[in-house]
Amino acid sequence: MANILEVNDLIKTFGGLTAVKNVSLNVPEGSISAIIGPNGAGKTTFFNLLTGIYKPDSGKINFAGRSLLGLRPDQVCKAGVSRTFQNIRLFPGMTALENVMVGMHPRLKVNMLTAIFGFGGFGKQEDHVRDKSSELLRFVGLGGKGDEVSRNLPYGDQRRLEIARALASDPKLILLDEPTAGMNPQESEAAMQLFRRIRDEKGVTVVLIEHDMKVVMGISEYISVLDYGEKIAAGSPADIRANSRVVEAYLGRRAAEEGAKA
Amino acid sequence: MATIKATNTRSGGVFAFLQNPLYAGIFIIVYIMLSLGILISLDRASTLFPLLSMVFFPPFVLAPFVVMASGLSGKIKLGIIAYQLLFMLPVLGIFDSAYLELAIQICIFAGLALGLNIVVGFAGLLDLGYIAFFAVGAYIWAMFTSPIETVFTVGNLTVSANWFYGFIFFGVLAAGIAGILLGLPVLRLRGDYLAIVTLGFGEIIRIVANNLGSPTNITNGSQGLDTVSRPSADFLHPIIEFLERRLNQPVANVEPLAYQLLFYFIAIVMIVVIIVIARRLENSPIGRAWTAIREDETAAIAMGVPLTRMKLMAFASGAAFAGALGVLYAAKQTFVSPESFSLIQSISILAMVIVGGLGGIRGVLLGGVVVTLLNLLVLKNLSLQINAWKNVDAVVPGWFIILFAVIIGLALLYFAWRSIQNALKRSEGWISYIVPAIMALLGIYVAISSFGAQDFPIANWPSQLEPARYERLVFGVLLVLMMIFRPGGLLPEPRRKMEMADAKAEQNAVVAAAGD
Repeated sequence: MANILEVNDLIKTFGGLTAVKNVSLNVPEGSISAIIGPNGAGKTTFFNLLTGIYKPDSGKINFAGRSLLGLRPDQVCKAGVSRTFQNIRLFPGMTALENVMVGMHPRLKVNMLTAIFGFGGFGKQEDHVRDKSSELLRFVGLGGKGDEVSRNLPYGDQRRLEIARALASDPKLILLDEPTAGMNPQESEAAMQLFRRIRDEKGVTVVLIEHDMKVVMGISEYISVLDYGEKIAAGSPADIRANSRVVEAYLGRRAAEEGAKA
Repeated sequence: MATIKATNTRSGGVFAFLQNPLYAGIFIIVYIMLSLGILISLDRASTLFPLLSMVFFPPFVLAPFVVMASGLSGKIKLGIIAYQLLFMLPVLGIFDSAYLELAIQICIFAGLALGLNIVVGFAGLLDLGYIAFFAVGAYIWAMFTSPIETVFTVGNLTVSANWFYGFIFFGVLAAGIAGILLGLPVLRLRGDYLAIVTLGFGEIIRIVANNLGSPTNITNGSQGLDTVSRPSADFLHPIIEFLERRLNQPVANVEPLAYQLLFYFIAIVMIVVIIVIARRLENSPIGRAWTAIREDETAAIAMGVPLTRMKLMAFASGAAFAGALGVLYAAKQTFVSPESFSLIQSISILAMVIVGGLGGIRGVLLGGVVVTLLNLLVLKNLSLQINAWKNVDAVVPGWFIILFAVIIGLALLYFAWRSIQNALKRSEGWISYIVPAIMALLGIYVAISSFGAQDFPIANWPSQLEPARYERLVFGVLLVLMMIFRPGGLLPEPRRKMEMADAKAEQNAVVAAAGD
């Protein structure tokens, strides 16, 4: 399987703090991978570097055969990398449907004259936007909630709406930042199924940052572990579970040693 | 599938009966006819003229909004509004051309408010220098057609007046480019910082216009450009003469009236075009991208909305409207000077947008009409009325003063009582009772001290208290009150209902389910 995303020696410092230190990472096309690590390990910073919100100090990011370095976030999105946010960032005053419609922006012909005069297939495009957005809402299980203002949706629905919005740009790779945070076990289970369907039905490669080990171990084919900005381990769920450095990072050195003795 | 629909708040209260098409139709026709009839029968020479025209003209101009709020069908609404604006108002103008002038001003300012609404309301970019684009449009026309010798009119060769319609497009273009020029350096700024920079930009344009008089004369400096050309209005003379005969209302001077009528029609056409364009933009990917930027810039750019491009589009399209209106303004006034484009104008337009209801087209239009009426009619006529009373030695009767004072006193007592009750309910400390106590004492004092009031000759009204000096103050107080009682504006932006999309989605779901 070819790698859809290849990251080499990525470095990002904020003043004296090195938030991401020489991180290299490969994501095979069509996989579901996870990035885990304790709080402050640099996971979200890593996502922000990938999507162009931060500019890396050095390193390479290659996505589907082209470099993402120096692209603005909107260009990264257009290139096929979409994302959700750790703290949900919907457009709160817009309806669920409108949120998804905005997500389609990079795939639309946006032209002032056609918008004003309505020629050049403008009406057709608008119909298409509506249809596809409603379809995406149904895909994530929000069918019939299109008219609700997104601010008023329950928490779990907001998480799913954010995913629908991210899928609207027809991405090849979707980055989910803690998508099951704050969910109960049943909701997490449903979310995991949704992630699988994103991969299987939409053919989108999924990378998620996650703290819930049940989700991480249950769904991911590859796991990378970050700690203090460094990648300390990578491999299959079984490898990670057995890796002493990972246990150390999560539980501290003594606990890891005691665990090894026992 | 049951979904919660945004409730329609416009149709409640006293105006509920307007939802019945029959009642609404009768009411609106009687209402428009009656207000027109009263306005026509007003006698300019009468002492009470300022007060009466101030009371009766606003309802007449606001009739289209009543029509829009009614339950009539779309076509009938459109017909009534067109009839009122294209026929009734010109007829009123034949009786008293001052109303026509006022209507043109209202159109221009409402159009500016709609243009600014694209920048501030749709895209959320606070622009305090919007009048600059209006100035660009006005100067474009004035520089080319004023006989004053500027670099563009060497040797008294001016552009023919019939180029006016073409210059509307030049105005659009020039202002649009100015909008992009302003947009480029300020793209990274948000909120307050953006406001300051746009404020500076507005002042720069005005000062540049003020200083480009020498050595090369481009704008004729602070003296401004006069005798700006107007497009020919001769074709309206027969219409006016016809109306003169039919209405049995001789017009003293046909030519200025024809110009006013022409500019009025152009202004109406411009407003309609602006409304149509604004609505279309709002319901396009561009409008959605603007809303997204306004709500969360980071999320918007991460979802692939190119911030730079969309913000420049907002600045350019907002500016373009102002440019077109500027050309019209220059031709109408036949005089352009930097003074007409001061900061207070920018702020007035922003006030219209906010008073009307940020983001909603109908609300902003209403805001533009109301604020312009307030500025140009209501406050002016209050001053005129007091002067008129002065001139006829009118007196305010003593009993009226007492009545007025007692009402004010009772109102103060009522508010004091309310706030004391509130404070008791929340069992607040003694400090919360100080203000109500002062209010109550003041109320009692005002009421009691008025007893025995003598008749008050208005001629004794101190000149320091002349309303003309307090127009801005009254305007400000009204804005403050307005924002306290209706912070969302007169017509807050209605939540767009996407019933069609929802119905379609459900239909698709049904079809999909049937296919299974």
